Amino acid sequence: MSQIPDHLHYSDSHEWIDPADPSAAAVGVSDHAQAELTDVVYLELPAVGRTVAKGEAIAVIESVKAANDIYSPASGEIVAVNEALTEDPGAVNTDPYGAGWMFRIRLSDPAEIESLMNAEAYRGHVG
Amino acid sequence: MDPHTDADPVPARPSPLAAEHARLGAKFAPFAGWEMPIQYAGILPEHRAVRESCGVFDISHMGQIWIAGDGAADWLNGLLTNDVSRMGLGEGQYTLMLNPAGGVIDDLILYRTGDTEYFLVVNASKVAEDASWLAEHLAPGLQLTDESDDYGGLAIQGPGAAAVWEKMASGETPLPPRNGIARHDACLVCRTGYTGEDGFELFAPVEQISEWFARALEAGAIPCGLGARDTLRLEKCYPLNGSDLDAVHTPIEAGLGFFVSLDKPGGFVGHEVLARQKADGPAVKLSAIRQIDKGPPPRHDYAVFIPGGTEPVAALTSGSLSPTLGIGIGLAYLPAALARPGTALEIEVRGRRFAAQVVKKPFV
Repeated sequence: MSQIPDHLHYSDSHEWIDPADPSAAAVGVSDHAQAELTDVVYLELPAVGRTVAKGEAIAVIESVKAANDIYSPASGEIVAVNEALTEDPGAVNTDPYGAGWMFRIRLSDPAEIESLMNAEAYRGHVG
Repeated sequence: MDPHTDADPVPARPSPLAAEHARLGAKFAPFAGWEMPIQYAGILPEHRAVRESCGVFDISHMGQIWIAGDGAADWLNGLLTNDVSRMGLGEGQYTLMLNPAGGVIDDLILYRTGDTEYFLVVNASKVAEDASWLAEHLAPGLQLTDESDDYGGLAIQGPGAAAVWEKMASGETPLPPRNGIARHDACLVCRTGYTGEDGFELFAPVEQISEWFARALEAGAIPCGLGARDTLRLEKCYPLNGSDLDAVHTPIEAGLGFFVSLDKPGGFVGHEVLARQKADGPAVKLSAIRQIDKGPPPRHDYAVFIPGGTEPVAALTSGSLSPTLGIGIGLAYLPAALARPGTALEIEVRGRRFAAQVVKKPFV
């Protein structure tokens, strides 16, 4: 059974966002997503300072088998990226909600978060 | 999160081991018209298991064709590149079946199972094409039997494979020597593989394949999917038909001249083109290309450039992260002038260029 922390919000494309700090909301992929991907071997992260719209492809996550787009779950400006993933992309697998965070975004419209799924809804989404 | 590649739209055929794979937590994907396990625990640990101990792959999708009758050897010799007349009883050889232009229909392993009886193990994607090509050319007095639907198959690969077989067969049948074939009950045991490790391929009546799979697991083999099979074969530069081999490129261009006997009597379909290429030198050569630094894994169809070049010189026919080397590797048909090891190249990934170079085969 995959882990789905209660304090996060989730997109239907399996990204999570932690809106606790709207000036630097962390984003990653869910435990369910990392289990589907397996063996994350490379990440292409966005440039700090880039502005992104909700739903826009913003990063690429690669397993041995395939490359997958990551979509931003919210609109705003990228304020930090997790450089440690360059050396240790496997952290996305081993700690998807912690060391596996991918970037932080300054939310331009914090109300957008309400359109994402809460943990309970996401539990239903991944079945 | 969304995969870049589209799924195969054709409804896929389940493996006879589908229920076992599901129980083991496999992820499935379509391959050559079949729904096959791509991975269980993950491609990296499965790859490592085969290099270091022993893995078992479901290869029930592969095809099995029998040819029997007086004159079978001479007839096969006219359709295959390697020299059938050199094969003793119980021996096997890697060989290729070509179209008249010298392009590849299929690469396969031919075994001699009787004085005038031969067993062909062919690619899943090519069973129908192979069988109809052979049938079209069949000489009088020869019997062709496509038993692809009657056999399930396992590839058991890795330094521990012989010990696994010992347990699976309760020590009753020794493994045949390298490239050889032996019978065990209603099964065929072939000392070959597609990983570069010691091992064997077991073809059993389809109703018995679950039992054999269970015995392999019990004997300690780790279940491995087609994902690891692909990274294992690519590290050894074994070509994949449909990707690295096709109807246009010849075995000479693919670097498989060792398996082409140009001087056997009577020649073979495609002989003229291959003889000319051998004499003149091929215009392109399937080359091993390795990234210089860690970067995004190269993949099939990525463009290859000379450093700073504006037009691609080739496209990768295969590409992956090498689990053993931890760096990207790939194959491409490079113009002969660029095919020498050490040649500097670039691979383009999503609009960015990453440094690479031609290296000697195999990668590992």
